[in-house]
Amino acid sequence: MLSLENISLELEVEERKVPILNDINLIFEAGKMYALTGPNGSGKSSVARVAMGIYKQTAGQVFYNGEDISGLGITERARKGIGYAFQHPARFKGMPVKDMLELAFKHSDGYNCQVLRDIGLCPDDYLERTLDNSLSGGEIKRIEIATLLALNPKVRIYDEPEAGIDLWSFEQLIDVIGNSHREDTTTVVISHQEKILNMVDEIVLIENGTVSMRGSRDEIWPRIKESAECSCRRSCRLEEDIYADCPR
Amino acid sequence: MLTALDKKLLQEVADLHGEPPGAFNIRKDGKGIERRSLDGIEINPKKDQPGIDVIVAPGKEGTVHIPVILTETDLSDLVYNKIEIGEGANITLVAGCGIHNPGQGKAQHDGVHEIIVRKGARLVYTEKHFGEGEEGGKRVLNPKTVLLVEEGAYAELELVQIRGVDETFRVTEAEVMAGGRLVMYERLLTDKEQTAESDVLVKLMAEESTARIVSRSVAQGSSSQKFYPRLLAYGPGRGHVECDSIIMDQATVRSVPEIWAENSEAELVHEAAIGKIAGEQLIKLMSLGLTEEEAEEAIISGFLK
Ligand SMILES: Nc1ncnc2c1ncn2[C@@H]1O[C@H](COP(=O)(O)OP(=O)(O)O)[C@@H](O)[C@H]1O
Ligand SMILES: [Mg+2]
Repeated sequence: MLSLENISLELEVEERKVPILNDINLIFEAGKMYALTGPNGSGKSSVARVAMGIYKQTAGQVFYNGEDISGLGITERARKGIGYAFQHPARFKGMPVKDMLELAFKHSDGYNCQVLRDIGLCPDDYLERTLDNSLSGGEIKRIEIATLLALNPKVRIYDEPEAGIDLWSFEQLIDVIGNSHREDTTTVVISHQEKILNMVDEIVLIENGTVSMRGSRDEIWPRIKESAECSCRRSCRLEEDIYADCPR
Repeated sequence: MLTALDKKLLQEVADLHGEPPGAFNIRKDGKGIERRSLDGIEINPKKDQPGIDVIVAPGKEGTVHIPVILTETDLSDLVYNKIEIGEGANITLVAGCGIHNPGQGKAQHDGVHEIIVRKGARLVYTEKHFGEGEEGGKRVLNPKTVLLVEEGAYAELELVQIRGVDETFRVTEAEVMAGGRLVMYERLLTDKEQTAESDVLVKLMAEESTARIVSRSVAQGSSSQKFYPRLLAYGPGRGHVECDSIIMDQATVRSVPEIWAENSEAELVHEAAIGKIAGEQLIKLMSLGLTEEEAEEAIISGFLK
């Protein structure tokens, strides 16, 4: 179980302290799936980054299985079993996909080809590719997810995993996230996708750096449906008829 | 004949385990110690100066190893090698120099390679530098390579120097004739007080001459590096220069790519970048359970691959 208690975060932007998160309280239990949703810039990724130890909270504490891990760095938290698939994965000049997966597998076990297949990439085509700008946004995103699958952590946070992924692979992605979830894992998916919101146990709505609502899909969806659909229309008005299931 | 140390050095620079396959020449402490020619690949010592001639017959395929090792201190070795790859031949040539300096003096190797890749031939040339030895002893390597890539020929140069060499000044000059292609990969890592300079001048002589120069380096400690890759097109050639350096600690890197066209159909591009390891890269690898140092190492070794 991972919990954030009274988390506030300020970040320094151009020598000014800017409030990002304000008094966040969240509990993520083992065996459950969660979705974090909310407008762009509301603080979803920042919550994940505080959990992973990338951002140091200004106030509050992070607990993992009852232990206060607030003072631990990224490496220690990773070794305890917290994993994060980044919203914007870093690119690495010269580093083959294979090496990245091997680094992820080092602290777990498994076979490095299957995670690529799971995410719809053919290992023969990708293991030797380098993680640089020669990969498309969708490809790098899928490899990021494969890396998290390889790491196989107890707590797995996916940050907008659907970004850049086409509709067909999206179905596959949902299956992979669902299938890799087990009784002892905690899955947190940052997403706006109705299908993802449908499959989780609890939805957390983040607005303006705070938790504005949490509950089941039926409780939350009516509240965010409008903004999700509205922006959908705007972004793909012309294809509306073709893509009934328009990704936001 | 070869000691355990010799074997280690040969492994480092030429990836050799025991006697090389194919034709070879091993030079140790200023003298050729073992040599084998094959039918169509002649290796002969020069008569008038130190060094060898490697002559590959037209159409021949094969591998040639010509490593140099230095195991003494206060030694300065200078060689002139000539390598000629006959028309249509296809050759992998492994050069390289390994220095084990056991003393406080200087161990220096200056190699001049003249390489001719005849029409339609293909050459993959790797040159790896390796140095080790006592604290205080200097290891110096100054290679000069003069390359001619004839019509329709292909040459690929891979020049690697990872740590261990205190001073290096590398000069590479190439002329690429019509339809010839040259690819040059340079990988360099300097540390401590080491210095490295690489001057490259590639001339694209005619139509469809192409060249690609990719230089990747990491500068650590108080080391310093300078790169002067120059690409000159006399005709409608195409070329690309890319210099990319990771800078760390108190190191210094200067990168001065130059492109120079004398024909309106030429297409030349250069890119140069110097920067530290991106924080997001470190964070990603640390989130896989690596320490910051391990993450740094993984990023550097990938970058220099
Ligand atoms: N490293 C950072 N430096 C400055 N501002 C940041 C940084 N990270 C996030 N922010 C700001 O914090 C707010 C929340 O960002 P983020 O958590 O990424 O939102 P979300 O993931 O919900 O889109 C935004 O206004 C963003 O600009
Ligand atoms: Mg985000």
